[in-house]
Amino acid sequence: MNILVCIKQVPDTETKIVPNQDSNFIETNSIKWIMNPYDEFAVEQALQVKAANPGSSVTVIRVGKVHDTEALRTALAMGADEAILVEAEDNLDSYMTAKALKGSIDKSGKSADLIFTGKQAIDDDCLQVPQLLAQMMGIPSVSVVVGFEQSEGKLVLKREVEGGALEVYEAESPVLVACNKGLNTPRYASLPGIMKAKRKPLAKYSLSDVGVQAEDRRVHYSNFHLPPEKPPGKTFDASDESKELEVVQQVVNLLRNEAKVI
Amino acid sequence: MAKILVLTETSGNNVKPVTLEILGKLNGQDIEVASLGELSSEAIEQLAKHGASKVHTLRGENLSVYSPEGYSQAYSGFLKSNSYDYVFAGATSQGKDLIPRLAGHFDAGMASEVTNFVIENDEFHGTRPLFAGKCLAKVEIKGPKPHFVTVRPNSLGLPEAPAPNSGEKSTVEVNPGTIRAFVKEVIKGASEKLDLTEANIIVSGGRAMKNSENFKILDELAEVLGATVGASRAAVDSGYAPHNMQVGQTGKTVSPSLYIACGISGAIQHLAGMRTSKVIVAINTDPDAPIFTKADYGIVGDLFKIIPLLTEEFKKTLS
Repeated sequence: MNILVCIKQVPDTETKIVPNQDSNFIETNSIKWIMNPYDEFAVEQALQVKAANPGSSVTVIRVGKVHDTEALRTALAMGADEAILVEAEDNLDSYMTAKALKGSIDKSGKSADLIFTGKQAIDDDCLQVPQLLAQMMGIPSVSVVVGFEQSEGKLVLKREVEGGALEVYEAESPVLVACNKGLNTPRYASLPGIMKAKRKPLAKYSLSDVGVQAEDRRVHYSNFHLPPEKPPGKTFDASDESKELEVVQQVVNLLRNEAKVI
Repeated sequence: MAKILVLTETSGNNVKPVTLEILGKLNGQDIEVASLGELSSEAIEQLAKHGASKVHTLRGENLSVYSPEGYSQAYSGFLKSNSYDYVFAGATSQGKDLIPRLAGHFDAGMASEVTNFVIENDEFHGTRPLFAGKCLAKVEIKGPKPHFVTVRPNSLGLPEAPAPNSGEKSTVEVNPGTIRAFVKEVIKGASEKLDLTEANIIVSGGRAMKNSENFKILDELAEVLGATVGASRAAVDSGYAPHNMQVGQTGKTVSPSLYIACGISGAIQHLAGMRTSKVIVAINTDPDAPIFTKADYGIVGDLFKIIPLLTEEFKKTLS
């Protein structure tokens, strides 16, 4: 079984985001780059499927800029077999990214029996690439997946929707699965894994290699700015037990009569 | 005037509030609404009252339950036999999954989860948060039409004076095509409460809750307020609450009118997910906790004492 995993490299969640000088993206110098957290669940699930289906291979694909760290190496160190990097700027839109992924899969000549992605990238938060890629590939997709079972050629996938309800999907390969936290516990890369990863194949393509042009951009961003700071609020000290009731009454009163939210 | 289709979802007999928020904001445009499946007469009335000139209900086989393939095929067929400039939908669980796939049918661009927008000279200009709200940007769409937009629930607000229209009803037969990944069962969530992303009031617990048992006091407070309970990543990672309750950059981004943060210190990735809440109350023993910099009303104190008192006071006030 050919298993593909699409991953993205994003700023660490603790990063303080600052717009760049032209306000058309963020300042990317001195950012710590990590594998998009949801993609770790995708890599892990791919490795579990590989283990359950002897003879399978896992290929990780990333579209993006080369930074100091390389999320593809992390995935290889976790146990993926090979990697494809499509070099591009960090600010591609979802349509270009999906098209580049599709182009790189076509170019690699690999069949896509299963494609895993994270449910969203935590940088642009668009939640478009998994569904767009599946549509471009002509295969079904299930997103926000928290349960994955494989039995007798059938897949049972649990998708989380509002209020913690689950839609239970039945599907057959090929299908794209966009993974959510809760699906599994991603493994850490072992030291031998990290050593081995250095020798695993990593193919590099350019955007034009995979058929993506500047005209493919659909979404244009400008005026990146920080959200307005709130004026300082009121703080009440109820660390002294005798003050507790008074403070609570005051706050409830303010919520009702000043903020008018209850 | 731009010709716009708004895709709606229902909850019981009513349309989801986000549809009405969108309709209100589109006041002045040529607006039609489409839904998969029958709409109640109340729902059609609500849509007409909020400016829908036409309400299309789409009918076809295998469409009683959502599937990305079936729903996108069905809507795609309908859109191809009409010519809309823009298609809007709420950024609900379904909207977030369906609209990108539907946009893919047209090789069209999509703006995800905008929190505000205007349509000027038939052109859409939106604002959307990125990096879980640490940053905002202006967004525009180019390329083949229709252009697709999802709107984050609770961000536009309901219109104060909606402009009514005729809400003329039509039924359209659609073909969902082959559905290869289909829902064979829906397992209900533990809570019948509104989802965090749609909730008007959220009571959220952090690591200081100490264990999952203690979340009961948040449930009691939530019960009185009609609120939904959330949790910080620290609480989720410690196993006190399931991931579907997580608020923050690797959980849900929320914007309720009232957010009560209990024992949450306010890590940057949590603040990113809840900073657009209209009013924030924070309860923490540490007066220097970063959450207080975002709070409208901060209470420095022991949450295990404060929360039961809050529950009692709210009970009195709301009765």
